Amino acid sequence: MSTPDNNARRKFIAAAGAGVAGLGFTAIAPGLHLMAVGEANAATEARKAGTAASPAVRWGLLIDANKCAPGCTKCIDACHTENGVSEKLPDPRQNSQWIRKIELVDRRNGRKTELPMMCQHCANPPCVDVCPTGASMKRADGIVLVDRHTCIGCRYCMMACPYKARSLVHVPLTEQNPEVPRGQGCVESCTLCVHRVDKGQTPACVESCPEGAMVFGDLNDPSSAIAKRIASVPTTQVRGDLRLDLGVRYQGI
Amino acid sequence: MMKHAKGELIARPHPPSRGATGQFASLKRYQSLRPSYFTLTMATLNPRHEEGFFYLLAAIGGLVSAVGIGAALYMEHSGHVVTGMNNQIVWGLPHVFAIFLIVAASGVLNVASMGSVFGRTMYKPRAPLSGLLALAMISGGLAVIMLDLGRADRIIVAATHFNPTSVFGWNVILYPVFYGVVAVYLWTMMERRMYPWMKVAGFATFIWRIVLTTGTGSIFAFLVARQAYGTALLAPMFIIMSFCWGLAVFLVVQSTMYAWNGLTLPPLVLQRMKNLLATFIAAVLYFTIVLHLANAYYAKNIAFEYFILFDSEFASMFWIGQILVGTLLPLALLFYPPTAARALWVNIAALLVVVGAYFHLYVFIIGGQAFPLDIFPGYDVKSSFMDGAVDHYSASLPELLLSLGGLGIAFTMTTIGVRILRFLPQDDFAQLEAAGD
Repeated sequence: MSTPDNNARRKFIAAAGAGVAGLGFTAIAPGLHLMAVGEANAATEARKAGTAASPAVRWGLLIDANKCAPGCTKCIDACHTENGVSEKLPDPRQNSQWIRKIELVDRRNGRKTELPMMCQHCANPPCVDVCPTGASMKRADGIVLVDRHTCIGCRYCMMACPYKARSLVHVPLTEQNPEVPRGQGCVESCTLCVHRVDKGQTPACVESCPEGAMVFGDLNDPSSAIAKRIASVPTTQVRGDLRLDLGVRYQGI
Repeated sequence: MMKHAKGELIARPHPPSRGATGQFASLKRYQSLRPSYFTLTMATLNPRHEEGFFYLLAAIGGLVSAVGIGAALYMEHSGHVVTGMNNQIVWGLPHVFAIFLIVAASGVLNVASMGSVFGRTMYKPRAPLSGLLALAMISGGLAVIMLDLGRADRIIVAATHFNPTSVFGWNVILYPVFYGVVAVYLWTMMERRMYPWMKVAGFATFIWRIVLTTGTGSIFAFLVARQAYGTALLAPMFIIMSFCWGLAVFLVVQSTMYAWNGLTLPPLVLQRMKNLLATFIAAVLYFTIVLHLANAYYAKNIAFEYFILFDSEFASMFWIGQILVGTLLPLALLFYPPTAARALWVNIAALLVVVGAYFHLYVFIIGGQAFPLDIFPGYDVKSSFMDGAVDHYSASLPELLLSLGGLGIAFTMTTIGVRILRFLPQDDFAQLEAAGD
């Protein structure tokens, strides 16, 4: 929350920072928040409490399908443990799946590939477009989320998502992770472990992958590991024909 | 034209005095003014039995509505785990029923528009009933949609948080305004002082119902993810579907009301309305053919077209339910001279159109979701989340009851509406002949 005092202090800090250190671009305005490129580019730096997510950052994932081990589900286990996704319903199609492994077989040559699939954190997300209440939203740093207080459970976003990334919570929930609110009747999907990212950590799936197949970082920062990899190897955006500008990229498919 | 055998009023003469626009004056008032013209009675029921029958119908409608609401409360309490819907088929039977009611609600208003906007005299006496049916059906449809929400208790959030890019968001404006314009239109038709405003209100209603159905079609037209949807053709197609389904519902309700009052639909009216229905059925068939031909032309959609037309449980629903029962059979009944001239067969044709409409929407909504998303074109895929797999859906009892509850609400509102207000169409044949209509 911004107050007049805070804004004045920010103005002073910004002016001092720009004048003395000459560090990068600083944008400041009443009602907006101080943004410093140097700070934003730090891929795993914690976001300060009370400050908004920075539009200078675009969080993303690069997944190397060549390294994804067949049959391995460590990323799924880690995700669902981290986010408290534990319900097991009689009809498995009603279970929430924030991340899943997909096995692909190329029809032309029979080549097999496995990869994890989750919310692709589109820059132009169809789920956000169609949400009647604005509960589906894209944070300034590119993370696509669902506001659990305003989701009415209409499932229009599930109809609109080209990646089948979203789930409806079909039952009442108990024993949730306090950092990851979930609720019956609301739609949910991968949050890119936003609660960890805001603390300067990487998503649970990335951390759990024994093969190092997943890289997390700021796509906007040319010096970040993810940006360097994307600049040096061919990568793919799934359903790139839709021009959704995905935050999750794949290598090896 | 005069009254004929008991319970069979063919037509009646021009009434001696009329209001500014005249044609909606009450039957009862005419009876008191010129009793010699009218000896029509409730064909078979005496007034006490007739009243009892009304309460019975209202009670049945109320009971079905209440059971539907009870089913919704059960779903709200237990979660959608008690439904047949899942994370692939996210919209189920309630959406089939709700969208039918909403589309037909706007379509039934076409009857009023034929009179007020296009000046067809024969349709003017039918405008009040079409307005009532529109309000009743849209209420039933919206109730089902809203009660099926994962968080139905948060419906107020939909009104307080508005996303202008969402077609569902537009609905927050489209539906309340629809209620408003139809209510005002009814007011101008039923209140003599408001007659001068009737044409303006009718025109506004016509424009708004086109906008509303465009919105309903656009719910699917704007979906880029699934092969079944995502084409602008759906907006005009939904409009023509609404014309067809709305008129079919109107014909059935109108005939029921005539029968209730011991009347027979005048042959001239029957002839005109059945021709219009046939035209709309053919138009829906035309759009259906164009939609599937266009889809089949795109290589990326051939697999889906093959699935929906030939290789799934939906194929038989399409060919038998939608095409044979809902399209070809009604067309035959409406054009085959021995059946086309009889009210009974025209009504059966209209009922078949309604049955076909449900098949149409089931194939479109459920079938469209059952086919797997083509996330990785050129690959065979599988996962724990039904990737690459055809899903199968069967509605659970609570879903069915909720869906029927929507029909119950529409039925109850209509039954009470026609009982307490003047909605029975009253044809003025002298005026019709004078208008050359």
